[in-house]
Amino acid sequence: MDYFLELFLGGLTRGSIYALIALGYTMVYGIIELINFAHGEIYMIGAFTALIVAGVLTLMGWNEIAILVIASIVAVIYSSAYGFTIEKIAYKPIRKAPRLSALISAIGMSMFLQNYVLLAQTSDFLPFPSLIPQFEFLEPYAHIIRPSELVIYTVTASVMVALTIMIKFTSIGKAMRATSQDKTMAALVGIDVDRVISVTFIVGSATAAIGGVLIASHIGQINFYIGFIAGIKAFVAAVLGGIGSIPGAVLGALVLGWTESFFTGYVSSDYEDVFAFVFLVFILIFRPAGILGRSEAEKV
Amino acid sequence: MRVAEELKKSALVSIWFMFLTFPIMVIRVNTIYNTVEWRWLNMALVGGGSFFLSMLWRFMIRRKERGKKKAEIKDGVQLTLIQRLMQNRRVTLSGIVLAAIFAMIYPFVFSMYQTSIMITALIYVMCGLGLNIVIGLAGLLDLGYVAFYAVGAYSYALLNYHFGISFWMALPVGAALGFMFGVLLGFPVLRLRGDYLAIVTLGFGEIIRLVLENWNEFSHGPSGIANIPRPSFFGYDLSLQQVTIWIYFIMIGLVIFTIFVVGRLQNSRLGRAWVALREDEIACQAMGIDKTRTKLSAFALGATWAGMAGVMFAAKTTFINPASFTIWESVIILCVVVLGGMGSIVGVILGAMVLILLPEYLRAFSEYRMLLFGAVLVLMMVFRPGGIITNVRRTYRFKGKATTDGSSA
Repeated sequence: MDYFLELFLGGLTRGSIYALIALGYTMVYGIIELINFAHGEIYMIGAFTALIVAGVLTLMGWNEIAILVIASIVAVIYSSAYGFTIEKIAYKPIRKAPRLSALISAIGMSMFLQNYVLLAQTSDFLPFPSLIPQFEFLEPYAHIIRPSELVIYTVTASVMVALTIMIKFTSIGKAMRATSQDKTMAALVGIDVDRVISVTFIVGSATAAIGGVLIASHIGQINFYIGFIAGIKAFVAAVLGGIGSIPGAVLGALVLGWTESFFTGYVSSDYEDVFAFVFLVFILIFRPAGILGRSEAEKV
Repeated sequence: MRVAEELKKSALVSIWFMFLTFPIMVIRVNTIYNTVEWRWLNMALVGGGSFFLSMLWRFMIRRKERGKKKAEIKDGVQLTLIQRLMQNRRVTLSGIVLAAIFAMIYPFVFSMYQTSIMITALIYVMCGLGLNIVIGLAGLLDLGYVAFYAVGAYSYALLNYHFGISFWMALPVGAALGFMFGVLLGFPVLRLRGDYLAIVTLGFGEIIRLVLENWNEFSHGPSGIANIPRPSFFGYDLSLQQVTIWIYFIMIGLVIFTIFVVGRLQNSRLGRAWVALREDEIACQAMGIDKTRTKLSAFALGATWAGMAGVMFAAKTTFINPASFTIWESVIILCVVVLGGMGSIVGVILGAMVLILLPEYLRAFSEYRMLLFGAVLVLMMVFRPGGIITNVRRTYRFKGKATTDGSSA
């Protein structure tokens, strides 16, 4: 039973991180119908920025909580700035071009960012300081759940709630929903579409950065390549839930996290990554609209 | 006034990029010795570089927009110098003759090392031309192309290891297996829309690589297979140098064969169906083109060439392991096609030569190879989506009567 619980909670942790990344994919896809391949890289850059800031502050002898807060804030700011800039360079000039162009540009961006971090920093795995303090009340359950996991659950849940409130009730959220339905119409009623797209990229990147910081301090090491696989898996989650739908992304991420966790726990851990891809292929073939997505007839 | 504004804009961009790259470019924390390295020089480089690049960027964007307007006013196709030269028969013919002579004497003039690099470039030409069918003609973004390349390479290596099959037997077998895998993988995924197709093919590519890496009994796992024999020359024993030259000529032969087949395909009924399908699926179906079969044939034919190139690769390097077949290999081949010009044969050849030979000769830049490839993909898409040599559509023009309606041309 303990093993089951451990796998269940492990799956929840994975799922939460996938959810934080998948939100960015799904929001961007909902608005400009583009798979932002570089999104995984933004998550990686978030983790790296946090590592660097934490490293510098540790050497300056700051206290742990302050480091955690400042490193996370800086990581979020930088990731958002990267997301914003990527959109301006690689996607905005070709918004009207065929879909294929935007995809190729996105892949190029992803490759560029990976190698940029590789060259400017290092190709080795870097140890990530465990920024999250020990909680005393968790001591008795130490064999099943770690404090970092508890932090991941709470942070993910609050980000979800905040995002839902933002999209449902604020004016920029309303503008986002309008833009995702019809860009031309949104522009006609006075919505600044460019600004909405920028905000979408910024918000998506910020959640990815939070995911990056959390998972890095949970696992304890990062390198320049972590964004790629995480990005692909988060994409699988977004598709599984129904791309374009925010609750769908969360649901998909949790389902993927649990299935992966149980698969590696009970069947085989060699084929962990294969499993995610096979899963993706099956979803796309049998239910391309995802769990919560509505299947739309293609417009002629 | 304009100048001052431009300078101000560039200065802002430069400050923005200095801010953006600050933690990653400037600070490096050494966690073992607990030291921080501040690399301020990098910041200066980023600042200066982005200042000029942003000016260039805006200039290029303006030029592109002006070009678009001009094309709209003048109507019809604007041919660049290269394209006009290519339509001139005499120029093309002498170009082909020159290229043929150069290809013939190349291995005798240059060293073995250079011949060997050229072989690599030619393998990429072959892959590029194969992928060109899938991406350039049929417009399907295939990110798992390297999987078929791996299938070819492993089919030769394993068949040779277990049954002692020779290179010449393996070449058609590799092609056939590539084709089979193309059909097998293509069949379930080709119903998907463009961007899903990209991810699923990427997934298939990774699945094949991970299986090769983990299934030790079948593929010898991450350590790979060594001692794959080089192609034989009618039973004679060749020295390493001779065998390199021999492989070079086999490659030239295969590339010519590929060019011939792709060129014929391009203007065949099937080739036109691919191009039409790329432009508008619904209109195609209305015209009676079988969507699935046409797409599948593009996918499988592309895979066939990857299979053959894979056999060549195994024969050339005599050692293969799964690390040679990562997704980034697919992206490099994609880069070859995109840089050269999607759909254009000369373009793809040129793209492969530039991308594979340049980094070899500019050793100083070889570290930045993948970084530059990424940048090339983005920049080509933004500024020149047609590639260096844009494929010219066959068009019919009405002669004689002046038409007032420009759009009908």
